[in-house]
Amino acid sequence: MAPEATVNEKTLQAANVRLCLECGKCTATCLVARYNRSYSPRRLISQALSAGRPPDRQALAICLTCMSCDERCPSGVHFVDLIREWRRATYDREFAGNCSHGGAFQSLMKLMTAEDLEQDRLAWVTEDLKIAERGEVGFFIGCTPYFDAFFTELEVDTLAGVKSTVKILNALGIEPVVSPRERCCGHDLLWGGEQDSFETLARRNVALFEELGVKTLIFNCPEGYYTFKEDYPAVVGALPFEVKHISEFLAERASDLAFDGTQGEAVTFHDPCRLARFSGIVEAPRQALAAAGVEVAEMVRAGRRALCCAGNGWLNCDRFSKEIQVERLREALATGATTLVTSCPKCEIHFRCAMHDPNLGDEIKMEIRDLATAVAARLTEKETDNKTEKPTPKPNEE
Amino acid sequence: MTSSPDESTAEKKEKASSAPKGGAKAKGKAAPKAAKTAGRKKAAAKKAPSAKASAPRRAARKKEGAKKAAAAFTPRIVVFACNWCSYAGADTAGISRLQYSPNFRIIRVMCSGRVHPAFVLRAFELGADGVLVSGCHFGDCHYIFGNERAVEQFEKTKRLLQILGLEEGRLRLEWISAAEGTKFAAVINEFVAQVGALGPSKLAPRELELPQEAEEFADAASLAK
Repeated sequence: MAPEATVNEKTLQAANVRLCLECGKCTATCLVARYNRSYSPRRLISQALSAGRPPDRQALAICLTCMSCDERCPSGVHFVDLIREWRRATYDREFAGNCSHGGAFQSLMKLMTAEDLEQDRLAWVTEDLKIAERGEVGFFIGCTPYFDAFFTELEVDTLAGVKSTVKILNALGIEPVVSPRERCCGHDLLWGGEQDSFETLARRNVALFEELGVKTLIFNCPEGYYTFKEDYPAVVGALPFEVKHISEFLAERASDLAFDGTQGEAVTFHDPCRLARFSGIVEAPRQALAAAGVEVAEMVRAGRRALCCAGNGWLNCDRFSKEIQVERLREALATGATTLVTSCPKCEIHFRCAMHDPNLGDEIKMEIRDLATAVAARLTEKETDNKTEKPTPKPNEE
Repeated sequence: MTSSPDESTAEKKEKASSAPKGGAKAKGKAAPKAAKTAGRKKAAAKKAPSAKASAPRRAARKKEGAKKAAAAFTPRIVVFACNWCSYAGADTAGISRLQYSPNFRIIRVMCSGRVHPAFVLRAFELGADGVLVSGCHFGDCHYIFGNERAVEQFEKTKRLLQILGLEEGRLRLEWISAAEGTKFAAVINEFVAQVGALGPSKLAPRELELPQEAEEFADAASLAK
């Protein structure tokens, strides 16, 4: 067990816990609490306060940190911040074995802190993708190569989103800096309470992209984006470059791209929590899809009200997580869409996993695609060739 | 991760290394060495973890090796052995009084199919220089198809470690039956030599937190060479 952690008044103040009205809206909103009757954010706080110490790690690991409770709280209590602080206070290395996938991702992340790391992570770069070693625009790949290697039985293809992002950037005449020396952003270590390794990763990543002369760093993964933007400054100070999520970038630059204008199948957009609720980016992905001529059939709970994919930083996965995923997929299918577009590799992994439920069979099957893939599929080369003024092997089409 | 009860592991180690350990004690070097190692660990712990100047494990080991002249580097190997075949194979090796490299830690699992990538990754995270996964021959699995699952898991692990940039030679899968004590000894010797040639793992933490007896054991192992 973790050492004696006490409830820290400073932490409580920072998370506005003393403003709690005990109205219970957090528990009413909580996705997990809807299915898991033994879990309640409100009770978790009140029990911790009366006991004078944080809840045990297993209880803390259940929280998805999806921020739905923070959204609804009338007093502005930051429950997710509190969870994060408590996970940090009760951090116990031995707990990794209880994590989903046996703690494989916790180990992977910690292995990536090694100084002499020489990864072979650019195997996905095909000849048609132009990348640079140095330059002003960088692209942070994140853990996708590992995800695709790990989740083979789920047939995930999170690298498709990465490749599509490079394609889009190439179409804009940008050859993004992609580095094999990039490491995990540390998001899941931070949210799992492992501060030291997170800080190491933060320092190494920022130093790397600074060294490569990057002025704008683009992200496909909203977790990486949010972590760089909001959590890295606490470790390394102000970032020496600007960070941008691909959806923001697309919304700005979509007019410079040429799309084929065909009508494809109906899609619906699933907002990742780190993008919509944490970063407040709701409109940008929709604008990007609209610019590409993709029509979005909205789910009832979209934008900041979106359900979570129930993957909580590889800490915990149980039948309640599965029920949440199934509920979300049913909601997506109810829009009449056949394709679910999202912008987070983890959402893709978790929904694909839910679809493998043998009891539900084809009932919840649908296509899942990354935002960048959905946009890149509509790109045409014709006009972009003129714009970028770059010779391409293909002749202009009519 | 389920490790075998401490006693049986210790017994196993004892079995595997009874001769070299005795040898080290006879020379009377084990105790002062251990004290020295403890001192070094303390000194390393004092320094800031990010500081480049902090004595890297490699350098420390090299120094240690230079002192001993003969063995420059003692690989730390973790062996996952299945309960029904390979662990019994190790027993056979011990019962047959075979002499072989003692620098491995054996962890008993019920089936090689249980060796999830997380186990292997964790071993490397905690400082292993090589990992051997060992189970029953095809067709001999106590659970009929457990070793087929082991292959799937192993392939997955291999892919992950390849992206991490770890040398392929640090990971090995072997089928060893309960009767193949000689094969167990041979595989261990071969693997220790192979990992020894590769040197310390790049992914191992610079300052290893090891229990005292593990340090003594490592010293005894390198002296035995």
